[in-house]
Amino acid sequence: MISERLKKQFIHIVGSENYLDSKAEKLVYSYDATPNYQAMPDAIIVPRNTEEVSQIVRLCNEHKIPLVPRGSGTNLCAGTCPTEGGIVLLFTRMNKLLELDEENLTATVQPGLVTLDMIQAVEAKGLFYPPDPSSMKISTIGGNINENSGGLRGLKYGVTRDYVLALEAVMPNGDVIRTGGKLAKDVAGYDLTRLFVGSEGTLCIITEATLKLVPMPETKQTMLALYQDIEAAAKTVSTIISNKIIPATLEFLDQPTLEVVEDFAKIGLPTDVQAVLLIEQDGPLEVVARDMQKIQEICLAERAVSVQVAQSELEAEALRTARRSALSALARLKPTTILEDATVPRSEVAAMVKAINEIAIKHQVKICTFGHAGDGNLHPTVATDARDHEEMERVEAAFEDIFAKAIELGGTITGEHGVGMMKAPYLEWKLGAEGIAAMKAIKLAFDPNNIMNPGKVFAKESRKRVVVSR
Amino acid sequence: MTSVKEKQVIQDEFKKRMDEDELLNCMRCGFCLPSCPTYIESGFKESHSPRGRIALMKAVVDGVIEPDEDVERTLDLCLGCRACEPVCPSGVKYGHLLEEARDIINQNKKHSLPVRVLRQTVFEGLFPYQNRMRVLTNLLGIYQRSGLQSAVHHSGLLRLLPDSMTSMERVLPKVPTMKEMKNRPTHLPALQAQKKRVAFFSGCLMDTMFLKTNDATIKLLQHAGCEIVIPKEQNCCGALHGHSGEKNMGKELAKRNIAAFEDLEVDYIITNAGGCGAFLVDYDHLLKDDPEWFMRAVAFKEKIKDMSAVLVELKFHEKDLSVQPQRVTYQDSCHLRNVQGTFLQPRVLLQAVAGADFYEMKDADRCCGSAGIYNIVESGMSMQILDHKMEKVAESMATTIVTANPGCLLQMKLGIEREGLSGVLRAIHIADFLLEGLEGQLEGSK
Ligand SMILES: Cc1cc2nc3c(=O)[nH]c(=O)nc-3n(C[C@H](O)[C@H](O)[C@H](O)COP(=O)(O)OP(=O)(O)OC[C@H]3O[C@@H](n4cnc5c(N)ncnc54)[C@H](O)[C@@H]3O)c2cc1C
Ligand code: SF4
Ligand code: SF4
Repeated sequence: MISERLKKQFIHIVGSENYLDSKAEKLVYSYDATPNYQAMPDAIIVPRNTEEVSQIVRLCNEHKIPLVPRGSGTNLCAGTCPTEGGIVLLFTRMNKLLELDEENLTATVQPGLVTLDMIQAVEAKGLFYPPDPSSMKISTIGGNINENSGGLRGLKYGVTRDYVLALEAVMPNGDVIRTGGKLAKDVAGYDLTRLFVGSEGTLCIITEATLKLVPMPETKQTMLALYQDIEAAAKTVSTIISNKIIPATLEFLDQPTLEVVEDFAKIGLPTDVQAVLLIEQDGPLEVVARDMQKIQEICLAERAVSVQVAQSELEAEALRTARRSALSALARLKPTTILEDATVPRSEVAAMVKAINEIAIKHQVKICTFGHAGDGNLHPTVATDARDHEEMERVEAAFEDIFAKAIELGGTITGEHGVGMMKAPYLEWKLGAEGIAAMKAIKLAFDPNNIMNPGKVFAKESRKRVVVSR
Repeated sequence: MTSVKEKQVIQDEFKKRMDEDELLNCMRCGFCLPSCPTYIESGFKESHSPRGRIALMKAVVDGVIEPDEDVERTLDLCLGCRACEPVCPSGVKYGHLLEEARDIINQNKKHSLPVRVLRQTVFEGLFPYQNRMRVLTNLLGIYQRSGLQSAVHHSGLLRLLPDSMTSMERVLPKVPTMKEMKNRPTHLPALQAQKKRVAFFSGCLMDTMFLKTNDATIKLLQHAGCEIVIPKEQNCCGALHGHSGEKNMGKELAKRNIAAFEDLEVDYIITNAGGCGAFLVDYDHLLKDDPEWFMRAVAFKEKIKDMSAVLVELKFHEKDLSVQPQRVTYQDSCHLRNVQGTFLQPRVLLQAVAGADFYEMKDADRCCGSAGIYNIVESGMSMQILDHKMEKVAESMATTIVTANPGCLLQMKLGIEREGLSGVLRAIHIADFLLEGLEGQLEGSK
């Protein structure tokens, strides 16, 4: 609870128009894109600069008030659901592109800047910022950094982490620190930049970031390979990579996903095949042409029924947009859509896809699978109805099996969406008790009062490990 | 203020009437946020976004919050432009949810006396009766023609009205006389080898205040090869009612229209106002619980076509059309685009007119802020949206803004007035513009 006195102090810092606590306002910040999580905050504060953030954090620390930083609330791990009440700190007013440094190839931005807005500004200068989560039209850089988001280009170019050079952060005691710099090399002390990336708002508040840019690839080609056998599609993924070709994009969609995506996008996607791979290569013209030729041969050798190359950038963009809408389009099937984020080494994609299908049959749930097959990051997605408790239990059991299988294959419980509340009970499967202890020690050192996004990442109780082959 | 008892009743009605599946269909991905004008103009406030509004409606249904003033406020501030629908991958029918919620609130809340009287006059006493619309338009005509208008302008009386209303008064078109309005023909032949037989939905405002545009539309259709019937029994489409929480009246009007067009044996029913057309194609949803009318509504809906869609189908754009050299841009009608899905055809037509240098302005698909009576009841937000729209118009360097809906047309005229650009920049309905093109050509061929 926030006392009247404290409320006055907050208002003194940010102005009354930036302090919201009506029931309606609290309700619309009680959720994010994660199904089945909802909890009301006590207030929403919209700071305008780092100094204001620092003062707010200091006050919260003094009064032990939970703080939930929020970009656009598109995360899929209940990371911004204010489960312990407190304050939602919104970055909609800190959304500027501060500097585009064409000599050092960097962009310095405020955390609330929408990813696509930044990408467009960068591309207007002929530069390239590769991380492109499917939610990039809405997600913010602050959210991307804190979830360490990946995207369609992750296979060749890596994820957000690989592009964060420097941060300005407000620590839980209100101190403002800077990490890293516009440097290609820097080994001065612990690498706090890397630690903060993916910290899900539990260690500090990011108020500024300097991002690495790269030159725009000269050309790009896009193609769609169609399969009547899902595992043949999955197998193609590892064959392409073992042939020492790293495509820019290598995405997988199964038949049920294709169907709903086509229903939304209406671009003529094939819906009569069992799976497709969306493959892109970029770079110098000759390299792209050579790689695409080779990839095409591999696909056909791995039993693709046909391979189609996009004839124009318009067509290619339509394909990418369709792929990006996959998750929300799946929501058409049933009232509740739960997506998972299991990731395995890319050599194991075929094994994982096979296991997912078996698990679906075993628990009698409908699982549609799509994902960033090239980096082993799959999104098995269940269409269900939260009101059907019996089915929800089977869904839960299926996901447990999926996580267990992913870890067994040398993978992890989340490749890009973060742990948040949703995955917290499973974290120990991946890290072990000792791993959790080490991470908790870091959390405690930075945030002794546990005000920073409490209840996220670390669960009160861990799930018991299930045995997959029971 | 909404009383405690009213809130309770509203909440109960929400539970009963709101489509729970549709509410659950929203998976809160936020894909709709960047398309929502009120989200953007409010400084990215979730409470003024589609996702937020749906969450609030659901919370009322679930009993998590009560339908208080703040909830009502967020619903009131929605333009109903439905730009959130085509971008929603989950296919949430936001417009239907909004309509239902507004109806529940309006039917169960006591408005203040002046608001009540005004609503009753407009919704029940005026729009449903075409003869009364004529009388009112005629009064406006007398006001404009008698010299009273210029007297009022000089007197400064208008300064007593709010800003947007005074400008609105200035931009109203020169209306037709009673005689012109009453002499509406009911059957017109094709002026070319006949290709289609169509019925024309003449509308209420369109057939009084915008009679000239209706005449132009008819002429274009005739030249495109349409035989046209205009049933006298038709009336206002009911959109204004449906969007303002007067659903029952909307249903009444819908039934009368369906009956009026039912036995005409035509290929299409043509509309030339995006807002009306969108409401007409939704008649089946409006009457979904009425077994007697549902199938009739479906049959009706399937014939609805916007004038630009039928003109393109009949290859009107392949005619020689020409106007004086001018730079032209097009402002989409939200409902024509987002509900009827007609946005390519107007552009195809405009690009076919010689002399018209067509330039696509940025965010042409974003609402202009007119939205029925929104620009009067939510004047502040409406004018903010309009001002941003006019910035985009200025960037386009157009001298002519073409629109496809009477509300948008007036709003653009208002924008021109506010920027002090009358004389340099004009706004015109696409039918009138195409007629200019056709006549330019006809004159040339003489
Ligand atoms: C349809 C859909 C598709 C998606 N596709 C992808 C995808 O392809 N790849 C992917 O990686 N993710 C994807 N996501 C997940 C999500 O979009 C990303 O995690 C995104 O980075 C979240 O951004 P946001 O601005 O919405 O952040 P939020 O959801 O608001 O916040 C995310 C986390 O960051 C923290 N945070 C936000 N700002 C700050 C700050 N300034 N300081 C400290 N902490 C902060 C929050 O507390 C929270 O823990 C998808 C989501 C949806 C709904
Ligand atoms: S795009 Fe559709 S599903 Fe996504 S938040 Fe908006 S209404 Fe909900
Ligand atoms: S109808 Fe228009 S204003 Fe209303 S929520 Fe949808 S996009 Fe926003």
